[in-house]
Amino acid sequence: MQESKKKIKVALIGNPNVGKSSLFNLLTGLHQKIANFPGVTVEKKTGSATIFNSTTGEANHLEILDLPGTYSLYPTSPDERIPFEVLCDPKNEDHPNVVVILADGTNLKRSLFLASQVIDLKIPTVLALNMMDLVQSQGIKIKPDELERRLGIRVCPIIARKGVGIEELKQALINDIPVPITDVYDTTLIKPSILGGIRKELQLKSNYAALQIANHINTLEQFNLSTEQIKKLKQFFEGVEYDGNKIQSFESLERYKAIQQIIDSCVNVADQKKVSFSTRIDRLLVHRVWGYVIFLCILFIIFQSIFSIAEFPMNFIDETFTGFIDLVSNLLPKGVLNDLIVNGVLAGIGGIIIFVPQIAMLFMFIAILEDTGYMARVSFLMDKLMRNFGLNGRSVIPLMSGVACAVPAIMSTRTISSWKERMVTILVTPLMSCSARLPVYTLLISLIIPSTYVGVFNLQGMVLMSLYLIGFIAALVASVVISGLIKTKQKSYFIMEIPVYRMPRWSNIGYSILEKVKIFLIDAGKIIIAISIVLWFLSSRGPGDKYEKVNQQIEQMTDNAENTEKKLLLESQRLEYSYAGQLGHLLEPVIKPLGFDWKIGIALVTSFAAREVFVGTMTTIYSVGNDENLTVKEKMRIEKDVVTGQPRYTVAVGWSLMLFYAFAMQCMSTLAVVKRETGSWKWPIIQFVYLSALAYFTSLIVYQLLK
Amino acid sequence: MSTASKKLSQLKKGDKCIVDSYKDESMQQKMLDMGCLPGEIITIDRFAPLGCPIAISVAGTMLCIRKDEAENILVKQVD
Repeated sequence: MQESKKKIKVALIGNPNVGKSSLFNLLTGLHQKIANFPGVTVEKKTGSATIFNSTTGEANHLEILDLPGTYSLYPTSPDERIPFEVLCDPKNEDHPNVVVILADGTNLKRSLFLASQVIDLKIPTVLALNMMDLVQSQGIKIKPDELERRLGIRVCPIIARKGVGIEELKQALINDIPVPITDVYDTTLIKPSILGGIRKELQLKSNYAALQIANHINTLEQFNLSTEQIKKLKQFFEGVEYDGNKIQSFESLERYKAIQQIIDSCVNVADQKKVSFSTRIDRLLVHRVWGYVIFLCILFIIFQSIFSIAEFPMNFIDETFTGFIDLVSNLLPKGVLNDLIVNGVLAGIGGIIIFVPQIAMLFMFIAILEDTGYMARVSFLMDKLMRNFGLNGRSVIPLMSGVACAVPAIMSTRTISSWKERMVTILVTPLMSCSARLPVYTLLISLIIPSTYVGVFNLQGMVLMSLYLIGFIAALVASVVISGLIKTKQKSYFIMEIPVYRMPRWSNIGYSILEKVKIFLIDAGKIIIAISIVLWFLSSRGPGDKYEKVNQQIEQMTDNAENTEKKLLLESQRLEYSYAGQLGHLLEPVIKPLGFDWKIGIALVTSFAAREVFVGTMTTIYSVGNDENLTVKEKMRIEKDVVTGQPRYTVAVGWSLMLFYAFAMQCMSTLAVVKRETGSWKWPIIQFVYLSALAYFTSLIVYQLLK
Repeated sequence: MSTASKKLSQLKKGDKCIVDSYKDESMQQKMLDMGCLPGEIITIDRFAPLGCPIAISVAGTMLCIRKDEAENILVKQVD
């Protein structure tokens, strides 16, 4: 084995559903990184691989970029713009040394369309001919040698699902790959004054790159060209008639003719037209009745799993982590640092990893649905229904998952291809009542709603269900409004391929889960820890010396039975004197019209970490009182309004508070994830403002009407 | 065989047709990219339960297309 100096930049490109992620996983294993392409929210997956030359033993280092799936280099969506920009701009930072085109052997014509575009860009290229097992079983005969000769590039037959042919492909990648010499379709006769001019000006390797640049002359912002250069390029168009769209479709049709000739010489298609396995399954799965019944069942299973099965690992994590925190707290010397680490940083980390089971579980299901081909059928079934609300057929899964937790739900919106519909889904998902609201709802319901029966139905249960329903309806109404407000220049198409059913590839599903968990832990985790430290500061420090005095009293107390009551009282005082407590007082005039007092104000501030913190904060505040046998609920119930002498928690206050929690964006983790998924703070801020306003005014109206 | 052009959206389940032309240029490019060239045979596989979108088979694959998109595809029906 020799040390090597080479680093080859490889880009992987192919149509959607040709097994690109399988090949990427096979080549890179666990050495993967996920980021966004600059300026857009398109996922950028890169990985590294070390390949040893089978004869010399020399090590070659490859940097592999997985380009978003596309049908051609003429982009119609932000995802498709990426391959176009990376391959057509030689100065793009991701411009590769070698391109691997993944082609579907069972649909060679369409695969070669994209392949021929890449070949004509004169970038060293290898064609990986995938699905050779299906090619054989469908009776198709392909002559790889002839294909190699006609295309002028190396062709490697593979079966990515089974890992067949991968070693040969790897060896092909590290050998010198020549630049393709002949064009599949020669474009030099098209508008030579313009294309030739552009080619010379930018010193491009191919005429086809010049044509691509000419056709996108008004949208070259992401290209590494100075404004002067673009100005110069535009001069070539002066006095010459140039209709980019016409040239594009003319060129495409001619390209297909050339491809047809190639296919005629190296492919024999057996004519067999049996009703395929997929068509038979589809008779059931997209049936007008059974289709929906089955989809509902699948939703129910997903929902149950992230709701109840995930609870076991979540409790386990919670207990283990609490134990760990206690341990750290006892090990470290007492003081500010201990407090910061335990109640700020570690509490934040605990709040992050608690989400992992739900994220892993949801993405396991989504990966299975995607990989088997069922997800495309969900779009097919739900599109019309969801479109009435400005949503997409694929918005159903995020919205439903939002009932368990908005964090994985928002991460799952990546499957929505239309930018606008994806944004609308992200913005409304937090309106679905998540599981963190449940403790808040149950506490308040048991406080203000009598546990009586209406017929066979428990009244409290009905109120709880109505809260979920209100959230769902609010989400749909908000979608209609928001989709009317978001303007987009981009024309989006729904047209998509419905793949044939396949068995899920379990390793791909594993990778997908790992990837999502990693994104959440790293990208959203940073923000959550930062906010968690701020919240720690607010509730563990106070203005003036009042806070410190109470704090010292608490710390000097010894833990024994007689002291418990007094300590609880002091703790509640301490919270009142903290910055959070002061904020609660400060907020009181603003939230008074909603029926809230400063105590609720404190809970609103602290429960920004997570909604269920409301219950914990209320417990601390209401530790005041003489009877230690009373629970928080009972103490809240007996509290009297100082002015009216009536119970503090009236039906009006209860509803006002429940609806506030139903709508308000009281969750830092969700905001962090929206920032991650949309790539800027713009959307989480918009979301926070509109949801807070919605919550405030709903509570205001409801309280004023009911009181 | 009728020779008059129809919109793809006007056909019924099970109908076959030949792609004639596209009314919308960027739509045309999208369809060309997916292998749906003029002259290709389209089979209407099924309509979604609410009448939209439409599942069609063309050039060896099944595509899902919305009704308003199908209006831009002019076809000649074949028996």
